[in-house]
Amino acid sequence: MGRIALKQVQKSFGDVTVIPPLDLEIDDGEFVVFVGPSGCGKSTLLRLIAGLEDTTSGTIEIDGTDATGLPPAKRGLAMVFQSYALYPHMSVRKNIAFPMKMAGMDQAEQERRIAAAAKALNLTDYLDRRPGQLSGGQRQRVAIGRAIVREPAAFLFDEPLSNLDAALRVGMRMEISELHKKLDTTMVYVTHDQVEAMTMADKIVVLQAGVIEQVGSPLELYRAPRNKFVAGFIGSPKMNLIEGELANEHGCRTIGIRPEHVEVSTTEGQWQGTVGIAEHLGSDTFIHIHGVPGCDPLTVRADGEVSVRHGDTVFLTPRQNLIHRFDDNGMRIE
Amino acid sequence: MATKASRSAARLMISPAVVLLLGWMLIPLCMTVYFSFLRFNLLNPGDNPFVGWENYRWFVTDPSFSAAMINTLVLVGGVLLITTIGGIMFALLLDQPMWGQGLIRIMVIAPFFVMPTVGALVWKNMFMNPVNGIFGHIAQSLGAAPIDFFSSIPLLSIVLIVSWQWLPFATLILLTAFQSLDQEQLEAAEMDGASWFNRFWYIMLPHLARAITVVILIQTIFLLSIFAEILVTTNGGPGVATTNLTYLIYVSSLLQYDVGMGSAGGVIAIILANIVAIFLMRMIGKNLDA
Ligand SMILES: Nc1ncnc2c1ncn2[C@@H]1O[C@H](COP(=O)(O)OP(=O)(O)OP(=O)(O)O)[C@@H](O)[C@H]1O
Ligand SMILES: [Mg+2]
Repeated sequence: MGRIALKQVQKSFGDVTVIPPLDLEIDDGEFVVFVGPSGCGKSTLLRLIAGLEDTTSGTIEIDGTDATGLPPAKRGLAMVFQSYALYPHMSVRKNIAFPMKMAGMDQAEQERRIAAAAKALNLTDYLDRRPGQLSGGQRQRVAIGRAIVREPAAFLFDEPLSNLDAALRVGMRMEISELHKKLDTTMVYVTHDQVEAMTMADKIVVLQAGVIEQVGSPLELYRAPRNKFVAGFIGSPKMNLIEGELANEHGCRTIGIRPEHVEVSTTEGQWQGTVGIAEHLGSDTFIHIHGVPGCDPLTVRADGEVSVRHGDTVFLTPRQNLIHRFDDNGMRIE
Repeated sequence: MATKASRSAARLMISPAVVLLLGWMLIPLCMTVYFSFLRFNLLNPGDNPFVGWENYRWFVTDPSFSAAMINTLVLVGGVLLITTIGGIMFALLLDQPMWGQGLIRIMVIAPFFVMPTVGALVWKNMFMNPVNGIFGHIAQSLGAAPIDFFSSIPLLSIVLIVSWQWLPFATLILLTAFQSLDQEQLEAAEMDGASWFNRFWYIMLPHLARAITVVILIQTIFLLSIFAEILVTTNGGPGVATTNLTYLIYVSSLLQYDVGMGSAGGVIAIILANIVAIFLMRMIGKNLDA
């Protein structure tokens, strides 16, 4: 079980309110990702749930019981830190055993769980090493192993992959997703990488300055961002937000169109512009186009083999049914 | 910079400094060793015949020698014990956020800046004196008989004074070690269900191991040669109750004017200090590598 409910939770450090009153429900078995720009309060929110910070006001319920005043150990949650926070002077085995030892668990049961976790995480050959003798990915797996053996009600991850190189990050992302499928335990995952959020989450919580901007499944957020902030944050490359004349044609303040929803042509189209930088990724080409009024540059996604040069004139046609409209307050207009 | 020519040039250029330092160290050492084999008493001027190991035999068989050895051990061991345990506790306290932290830290460090003679005299006259000392007054106001520290518990009194002087050093080193402890490790341990004591025992103390090693190593080297505190408080007495090896050498060579005997004691002290140093390095040097 791992249902977590935040009710009117608020957090201030001195005079600075980092998280204004906030409500959030996390269902049992859900993979929830908190995403937002740096400094928006993602870690603080996670630490509030973990019990490492006290709430200024509001209540946190875990499985229906009030856990606001409970110390971290009593909440039955396990956390994986960005810096891994392994105990450097203990072997991998002792690191993984530590929470069970603190709980006074029976020795045979400890051994059984260590073996199971090591097998699941490919750590069997490294059990007698110190954390200092492991690679970043292996350390990350030890940290996850230490969390798994407690069989917690929920896992909390604070940017666990940000210290890994790109290839390893993709690998670990899958491993964590698979782990979630296998354990079926609630996971709360903090990241500022929207690709991680899109690929892993059942539910994404987009935060800005401590305020929840939108909660929903990755595709909901992609298809119908509630406001300009979410529109710009979810999706890569970012959605193009166009103001002025072109937006007025659609009867609103701002329109948004994703790079992948614009057709590029060298002969004809609605809008006209000149090619700036073209990023060739092989599979796709992202072209930055200048000269479209109200948005400079405008990014479009074209075919990987497209041959355009700096300074070429191109014509663009947005797909009409995929244009997002936003009002004066930046909120979505249906 | 690592060409052959530059390396030999470098060697040539540092050689005067090396020779000077070596001479500085070796000449007094050799002279001490040389004197230790002579019968050389300033009260009997004249020729100083070579007497072989006689000085050593007399020095070692002197009943005050074994007493001095034991006193040295007790002094070093006692001070190490008090300063490391006390240092850990002070460091824990000072690491807490509190009002007036800067001022309190300076005050805790202050004894280290007081000269040993001054510190010892202050303790002797203002704290431990049975008539004028604060401890005496406290004892009297509680209706107890004041303790005459330097006659009833002389060695312990010296241990206390020296500990007071070295506690700041231990605290300072251990405090910096505490501050370098990754807070996330403590938080992880907290999430893992470790009580405060368990966090201290399993996380903080192992993290401090290296700093404790440094404290023990450095303090041992200095504590083996404690002298001023003894000279100004007890003069090695009563009897030989507070005579350590350094003080015994001082007694032989300067109070009894026996340069030969004093030198023999000096050589023994050098050998002992080296044995201790090698032993310590072996035992805890491993800690420094990891
Ligand atoms: N102990 C603290 N005292 C005062 N302010 C704090 C404290 N911890 C965090 N803050 C402030 O709270 C805000 C949110 O911090 P938080 O660490 O939650 O951000 P974040 O979203 O996790 O950012 P990042 O993606 O960079 O990790 C920041 O503005 C930060 O300065
Ligand atoms: Mg953070």
